[in-house]
Amino acid sequence: MMKNKKNENNDILSQKPSVNKDSERKTILSIVYIFVGLFVLMMGYFAYFLLVKSDDVINSTYNLRHDVLAKRVVRGKIMSADGKVLAETIIDNDENEIRSYPYGDMYAHLVGRVMRGRTGIEEVENITLLTSYSNSAEAMYNDIVGVKNPGNNVVSTLNHKLTQVAYDALGNDWGAVVAIEPKTGKILAMVSKPSYDPNDIDDNWEKLSEDKDNESPLLSRASQGLYPPGSTFKIITALAYIRANPNYMDYSYKCNGSTEYEGMTINCSNKKAHGNVDLKEAFAKSCNTAFSTIGKDILINDFRSLSESFFFNQPLPARIANYPSSFLLKVGESGVKETMQTAIGQGRTLISPLHNAMIAAAVANGGVIMKPYAIDRIESAGGRVLKGYIPEEAAVAMTSKEADYLKSMMRSVVTDGTASRLKNFDYKIAGKTGTAEQEGKDSHAWFIGFAPANDPKIAISVIVENKGSGSEYALPIAGKVFDAYFN
Amino acid sequence: MHFVVELTKYLMLLIFGAYTYHAFRVSVKKNKNTRAISLRWMTCFLFLFHFTGYFTMYLQVQNNKLVWLYGGELLVFILVLSLYKIIYPGISELLLRNMLMLLSLGYIILTRLSFDKAVRQFLISAVALGLGLLVPIFIQKYYDIRKYGWIYGIIGIFFLVLVLLIGTESYGATSWLTVFGLFTIQPTEFVKLLFVLCIASLFSEGTDFKRVCAVTAMAGATVLALVFQKDLGGALIFFVTYIFMLYGATGKPLYLFFGLAGGSLASWIAYSLFDHVKVRVMAWRNPFGYIDKEGYQISQSLFAIGTGGWFGMGLYQGLPTTIPVVDSDFIFSAISEEFGGLLALCLILLYINCFLILINISLKTSDDFYRLLSLGFTVMFGFQIFLSIGGVIKFIPSTGVTLPFISSGGSSMVATIIMFMVIQGIHSTANTKMSVKAAASLGGEIYDEKQKK
Repeated sequence: MMKNKKNENNDILSQKPSVNKDSERKTILSIVYIFVGLFVLMMGYFAYFLLVKSDDVINSTYNLRHDVLAKRVVRGKIMSADGKVLAETIIDNDENEIRSYPYGDMYAHLVGRVMRGRTGIEEVENITLLTSYSNSAEAMYNDIVGVKNPGNNVVSTLNHKLTQVAYDALGNDWGAVVAIEPKTGKILAMVSKPSYDPNDIDDNWEKLSEDKDNESPLLSRASQGLYPPGSTFKIITALAYIRANPNYMDYSYKCNGSTEYEGMTINCSNKKAHGNVDLKEAFAKSCNTAFSTIGKDILINDFRSLSESFFFNQPLPARIANYPSSFLLKVGESGVKETMQTAIGQGRTLISPLHNAMIAAAVANGGVIMKPYAIDRIESAGGRVLKGYIPEEAAVAMTSKEADYLKSMMRSVVTDGTASRLKNFDYKIAGKTGTAEQEGKDSHAWFIGFAPANDPKIAISVIVENKGSGSEYALPIAGKVFDAYFN
Repeated sequence: MHFVVELTKYLMLLIFGAYTYHAFRVSVKKNKNTRAISLRWMTCFLFLFHFTGYFTMYLQVQNNKLVWLYGGELLVFILVLSLYKIIYPGISELLLRNMLMLLSLGYIILTRLSFDKAVRQFLISAVALGLGLLVPIFIQKYYDIRKYGWIYGIIGIFFLVLVLLIGTESYGATSWLTVFGLFTIQPTEFVKLLFVLCIASLFSEGTDFKRVCAVTAMAGATVLALVFQKDLGGALIFFVTYIFMLYGATGKPLYLFFGLAGGSLASWIAYSLFDHVKVRVMAWRNPFGYIDKEGYQISQSLFAIGTGGWFGMGLYQGLPTTIPVVDSDFIFSAISEEFGGLLALCLILLYINCFLILINISLKTSDDFYRLLSLGFTVMFGFQIFLSIGGVIKFIPSTGVTLPFISSGGSSMVATIIMFMVIQGIHSTANTKMSVKAAASLGGEIYDEKQKK
């Protein structure tokens, strides 16, 4: 009896029914799965961070470690697409590293600088330039013996030949030229004047930053300069009209050279009467009276949302320092007069030359706006491609049908309108001129366009500040750049 | 010199990686001989890693104090390895080595960050390891510690309330207590031990619904006390530990489910009520947007990890001290910056290895109290690592939690060593029992085999 009881007791203490044991085991195993799962997710995130995200994160100017990296790596080169060195680090006789920019002020804004604050490509690819392709045995060897590794090179999309031509064509005038590839968004050339020479920025810094003569040489006019678009804005106005009026082909207007609305007079260029015009003719001749009358009937809301779909009132989708263009018409605030002025690109609307190039490129590319970009790929010092940037769509701003019609309108500007100077080129150019009037000063001369009209390879935007009409001063520059590209 | 720093960087990665590999090998392999060989390799790697670290640092700072510190640490390692084995033949040697490896990595990175803190850390951990020697004896001898569940719980809450009343604030949380004006301790770390003891004790006596409600109320009170201290990380750790112990004791997934759902709800309420919670979440979602203030710490941490890359900058070659509180909550970033992301990944693997060993001990323990006790400690340990590392790599919002065995912090170090030693005690008790039983029941059922059924 006694023995039996003791046995039972023992059993209760030391062992439990096996069902219970099994379920305990299951419970604990499920806890193992949960925790190991959490840890694996965390490790995955960590690896993802190092592989993908860290490049952008550590490029921040707040990261003090850039200076540490600079001690181990010779900053890489920045190259043009056609193989020219735009920036490189030279080691002088005293073993000092000097950042050199062989083309002086030509690339100052887009390529940027490293002294007095980093800008341009030097800023956005700072970490890339200070990183050496580290998988090779040679890099590891250099690391170990203490020889500085050569940093990775940045190959830009810029075409030196085009840039040189645009730079020369602008001459001593102030302004900007932007050329982009419509299908990809690659920036082929981007020039701003006046500029500065990044080679001796340290010596000239005070003068440059003081800017007594309001030249703003540090400002990249191409992407940060904001100008009234003048008649180039009629592309947007025409699109607004086409969308609101399906029978736009039947449009007809009798131009007398000027029109009046509640005491405000809008004149055509030189008060020239264009007579009876349809939409295409009005566009080709850049008829202000026709377009301001069109503006009267456009709903402000539609006009605003259309322009915002073209990236007005927001930063451009590009890794290039830019100021947002502005379109200020607003329901309840803006009257008919302002709408009429806005329709012909006068009003308070402002646009950067880069942005205007994107609009030309959008028409050229069947309505699709590509993100403009200036960096084609990253290469190791040995020429191995480490990372390639691929074209990205920013928005579909219009249907291909709308784009086709705008294209034909822009072509007629060259064939029988204000840009007829470009008529006799070997390839077909399409575009729009603009003359943004300035109170008390000469007008800004604009031209935006693309070529060849049937299969556009290059889109361009030219502005010459305070110079005169677009057809007289902007067109020749565009012509030279087109010629440099096609010949 | 640069040559050596670079070379040892790769060397240390190799050693640490090889150590981790063998740790898993020992966990997986059944063959006793294979395991013994791997364990021997691990001992070699442990000493090699420790030496290489100090060698690299000495070359760069050439401070003779470093030699003394190294010698002291080496002595402690040797003593721990030999004494523990003599006194407790049944101890898990793998777990013991892992603990020393983690300590060694912690010693090195702390010495690099702040010599004074490293010395302090070394002295405290040496004392704790000495005390730890007694813990398994205590566990084996005092069977009755399981009987005072409510008392543990009440003492725990008492200390937390005491801290609330007379504690000092640091880094936004009021969780420090100054003892006799001499030194400060963080009672939360010790309340952790009491808390797990309490829950294990209460649930091993029964898990009927009434009891579950009562215990939950007490656990809730403990968590609330931590919330009032603004110790979010602590509150989360206690909460999660409780939920998993409840699940472990009852085996009912519904408890786990409702517990976690309730926890999410509570977090959401905390988020909408407390500004300091909002700030943490804000800094997590967009650290660079608030880089000047709220997001500064996490941004610096990401810069450190990102710039270090896969292979790291090498000891003394990075800028880990730009991260606020780098020696404690953010120490993982310093490791990743100077030792590299690969070694950091190995470190996580090593922690997983520890977690698996610990939970395996819990799995093999038939005694309910011990099973729950080791399960509670295991979950606490695992979740703390998750919070700490997840927070500094921006996987989850940062909650300011230390990394066990590595972060500077005396209370945390002592508590973690005791925690490990309790589990070692449970393991060696089971091991000893097993052999006694096996001997006693020749021809009968053997404990270990019964489990396999």
